[in-house]
Amino acid sequence: MSVTVKTVLRTEEKMMRDTYCRVLMELAETNENIVALDADLMSSSGMKPFMKAYPSRFVNCGVAEANMVGVAAGMSAMGFVPFAHTFGTFATRRVCDQIFMSAAYAKLNVRIVGTDPGVCAAYNGGTHMPLEDMAVLRAIPEMILVEPTDSVMLENLLPQIAAKRGVYYIRLNRKNAAGVYEPGSAFEIGKGVLLRDGGDVTLFASGIMTAEALEAAKLLSEQGVAARVVNLFTWKPADVELIVESAEKTGAVVTCENHNVVGGLGGAVAETLVKNCPVPVEMVGVQDLFGEVGPEDYLRGRFSLNAADIAAAALRAVKRKA
Amino acid sequence: MNNQNLPLRAAELRLETLRVFEARGFGHVGGAMSVVETLAVLYNGVMRVDPERPDWPERDRLVCSKGHAGPAVYAALAARGYFAKSLLKTLNRPGTTLPSHCDMNRTPGVDMTTGSLGQGVSTAVGLALGQKLRGFDARTYLIVGDGECDEGQVWEGLMLAAHKKLDNLIVFCDKNGQQLDGYVKDVLDTGDLAAKFASFGFFTQSVNGHDTAAIENAALAAVKEGAASHRPSMIVLNTKKGYGCTFAEDQEFNHHIAFTEEQMNGALAAARDKIAALAPAAGEVTA
Ligand SMILES: Cc1ncc(C[n+]2csc(CCOP(=O)(O)OP(=O)(O)O)c2C)c(N)n1
Repeated sequence: MSVTVKTVLRTEEKMMRDTYCRVLMELAETNENIVALDADLMSSSGMKPFMKAYPSRFVNCGVAEANMVGVAAGMSAMGFVPFAHTFGTFATRRVCDQIFMSAAYAKLNVRIVGTDPGVCAAYNGGTHMPLEDMAVLRAIPEMILVEPTDSVMLENLLPQIAAKRGVYYIRLNRKNAAGVYEPGSAFEIGKGVLLRDGGDVTLFASGIMTAEALEAAKLLSEQGVAARVVNLFTWKPADVELIVESAEKTGAVVTCENHNVVGGLGGAVAETLVKNCPVPVEMVGVQDLFGEVGPEDYLRGRFSLNAADIAAAALRAVKRKA
Repeated sequence: MNNQNLPLRAAELRLETLRVFEARGFGHVGGAMSVVETLAVLYNGVMRVDPERPDWPERDRLVCSKGHAGPAVYAALAARGYFAKSLLKTLNRPGTTLPSHCDMNRTPGVDMTTGSLGQGVSTAVGLALGQKLRGFDARTYLIVGDGECDEGQVWEGLMLAAHKKLDNLIVFCDKNGQQLDGYVKDVLDTGDLAAKFASFGFFTQSVNGHDTAAIENAALAAVKEGAASHRPSMIVLNTKKGYGCTFAEDQEFNHHIAFTEEQMNGALAAARDKIAALAPAAGEVTA
């Protein structure tokens, strides 16, 4: 792993889905086993160029997600490397048993891509807002769950995901991410990234919350609190070593996720810490509520997902130190 | 038969539905436009409902399983008096009671929460079964999309409905031939839907889904046939996605679209012209 963090965060020019499709097409060029599936959302997933370039290796299953996952599992048993796409809600809740039995329990080789994480589902509203996708899948043994932070990370992770056998869930923000990493940065699945060091509190963040956590660290430093910021883009397997080391060093922890705090990143970190190094943990995320409709900015405020919310949680965590 | 001018009601509903989208600049225009005539028929005489009592247990229910057609449903509910028309422009705004997909806990008159395709079929079967168990003389109406028919759950629900002889279930399949990624025949060809529904035990009729008289007659025939043969009914609506919306009609990709003010103004003008053509001239006595 070798990572360079941007000094100034800006919204990336390219949508994540464009990077996703481009890289998958590059991989497909050399790995003829790569196939892609969609469920009548190819226009949203951004997979049209793939479909055009590899018509026989692209299967639009129609609005039939459970069938799609089963078909992907079957193709993987024939040696193919399937990537199946739909909204995060339907990629998880709707097909949980198909992922469980046909893919994971059967120990096959399947990648599920769920787009529009959490409040990024915005105008599609509560029915389409995955705030539990990671929690649903985290309880399935051996699954690998990642949430790529920006397109630089996505570009680096995809070849690894394509190459290594397993059942993966990729939580993909299809819009323009805040660019956190300099091009050329390299990542390792299962290893968090230390973005900033500090001795008073650790902010573990994922997805759109990573940029917020960095911003929160700035707010905290103005108040004399030194925050360590870690990008935990792999939710499972958890990076036990880095989580424990950070807790030992800072003695207080905040988790930051665009997801329900129940069963998600907060859960993963807390489970690790109670076993290894119990310190105060505050969880920034959706507090066990259903999603709702509205612009993403409004929803970030509605569910207290902004940098100021993280900073406030950090102060609470620090205060709770014995 | 009722004495409403149904073509006029439908034209008014199309205008109101366009206006729901107008303020936002984008939305699920195509699939809302294709069900306008059906909603106009349902809420102007066919469905036994009372806007004063949206929770009346013995009312007829509507499940719009293609929940993304919410904006058309909201326009129909407002026209029927469930809430003020002024609310329509709050679609998808922070704290709105009118989210993009139908939500029974937010919108008076919405009988079932939908949005995840396929699920509305099962909940409609549950409602119809419940109405029977309660001994109510009430019906459940259900709208499904043809793309939605890709979902296995649709067929699980239909099979159970026929098996349980749910003659109080009347389903409309909005066969506009398009889904999200393009034409149904290209994405996942559903084949002869009417034949499939019939083979699942449904009394099946096919009508022009933009002809209010044809829809109304089919609904009446469904009720009659249900009583005679104890079968659930399927009315296949031959429709056009984006029908009557100048910038959406005849486009391959018109599912969720953004539009300019100019485009919307053109569509609104066309909708108003249609109303003017159908409205009785001044002084003319209406039935
Ligand atoms: C379970 C599920 N999968 C995917 C979607 C996303 N989606 C919304 S509408 C749609 C296409 C539906 O086509 P159709 O039923 O024909 O509706 P219409 O064309 O009449 O709007 C899709 C794929 C969804 N809402 N639910």
